[in-house]
Amino acid sequence: MATYDLTIPISEPDIRALHVGDTVNLSGVMTTGRDAAHKYMIENFIRADRVPESEQWLYEELQRILHQGVIYHCGPVVRQDEEGKWQFVAAGPTTSIREEVYQPEVIAHFGMRGVIGKGGMGPNTLRACQEHGAAYFHAMGGAASLIADAVKEVVAVYKKEEFGVPEAFWVIRVEDFPVVVTMDSHGQSIHREVETASKEALTRLLAGT
Amino acid sequence: MNDLTESLVELIRRAATDLPADVEAALRTARDREEPGSAAAGALDTILENVTLARAKSTPICQDTGVPIFYVYHPPGTSTRDLREQIEAAVVAATGRAYLRPNAVDPVTGRNSGDNLGVGFPAFHFEEWGEGYLKVDLLLKGGGSENVSAQYKLPHAPLQAGRDLEGVRKVVLDAIYRAQGKGCAPGVLGIAIGADRGTGYVHAKEQLFRPLDDTNPLPELAALEERLLHDCNELAIGPMGFGGKTTVFGVKIGAYHRLPACYFVSISYMCWACRRARMEVRGGEVGFE
Repeated sequence: MATYDLTIPISEPDIRALHVGDTVNLSGVMTTGRDAAHKYMIENFIRADRVPESEQWLYEELQRILHQGVIYHCGPVVRQDEEGKWQFVAAGPTTSIREEVYQPEVIAHFGMRGVIGKGGMGPNTLRACQEHGAAYFHAMGGAASLIADAVKEVVAVYKKEEFGVPEAFWVIRVEDFPVVVTMDSHGQSIHREVETASKEALTRLLAGT
Repeated sequence: MNDLTESLVELIRRAATDLPADVEAALRTARDREEPGSAAAGALDTILENVTLARAKSTPICQDTGVPIFYVYHPPGTSTRDLREQIEAAVVAATGRAYLRPNAVDPVTGRNSGDNLGVGFPAFHFEEWGEGYLKVDLLLKGGGSENVSAQYKLPHAPLQAGRDLEGVRKVVLDAIYRAQGKGCAPGVLGIAIGADRGTGYVHAKEQLFRPLDDTNPLPELAALEERLLHDCNELAIGPMGFGGKTTVFGVKIGAYHRLPACYFVSISYMCWACRRARMEVRGGEVGFE
């Protein structure tokens, strides 16, 4: 288990060097995106015959951010200062598994290098990480004040009115955002391992032994 | 009755930005039990560091400040309509001060109301009681832990769980296995045996207000709580689902009369950030715990 400092955009060899259990300090610009954002990207960009004209600008912006980039499953608590500048007050990860139905296509479409969230994801995302050179980064669930400290700047926010504060795309610049690799690009997943072991324990406990 | 809005904002601030002492102590004990250098110990270290920082900065421990659930116990003659209005005003103010994230989403339009008010939002439970003072209990329960909460109907054939406490034990274990780390383990379980489907969950959440170190007055339930605490930790799902010794650090069970045809087990999973807070108003004096 090693510790790495990585800056977004991340190269494929840098991702392939990571293995489950490694600690990574991430820096650079990323965007948040959760339930509404993933549904929106799938419907407007990925499975659409053509991108609606009204959404073209955001499509290009997201291509710029997500190519070799990272999406963060997070719905922050934010505050606006006197000059109208947004600040992250609390910003821990949300449960990632809800995006399992969308994530593989989003990773493939944008050429992403990683996803940050909590609780892990399923076999389809794991396969996408293997095929496209990406990793699942686990942030500490509930460590919201700590992670907000790593967010140095809110660069932009998109779809805030339409999706609401928790669901908007918040483009943020982070420094040394601490995460643990729990699914790597070699087909390994800590979540799958723990689930398998706990299933065996469950069977034993149900039998009352 | 005096206007309690500002005191209620303080109640919300305390719930969102600090942990009850028994919860924090339990997390420290859990950290000390894990192997030094393990992912589980690292997770708990980060959790404790975050709690300290949130308290110092008065910022939310977790960005998902959840559904604010108010349990209000009032003496005879209190206007619950006035109280409701003051609580709603406090929720709006606390949202403006970034103690709460705007969380109320209209399921038809998809719109977030922006101020945490909505139909059935926040959640209220009013009860007149025999005491001469007002007590307001608040639980901030996030969506991750709400999503892994579960309700079972006994008998439950796949688990061979019958209509008895052994059947209850089996379905609770199944729920915790299914939750893995997704509800932000280690968690606290509030469990209601019996009741109907709706009130089952209400009672399950009431159980979450019990201090972690209390003992259930019913010996059968006290024994089941102890057994489940042990068995859940045998699953070794661990903090954040990384694997480890503490999967659950509290099990609180209540039994409620059921219909002859129904035997529900309602399991309310609360994340490690078990954000409960209490306010009492005695003769105009406001106190918090």
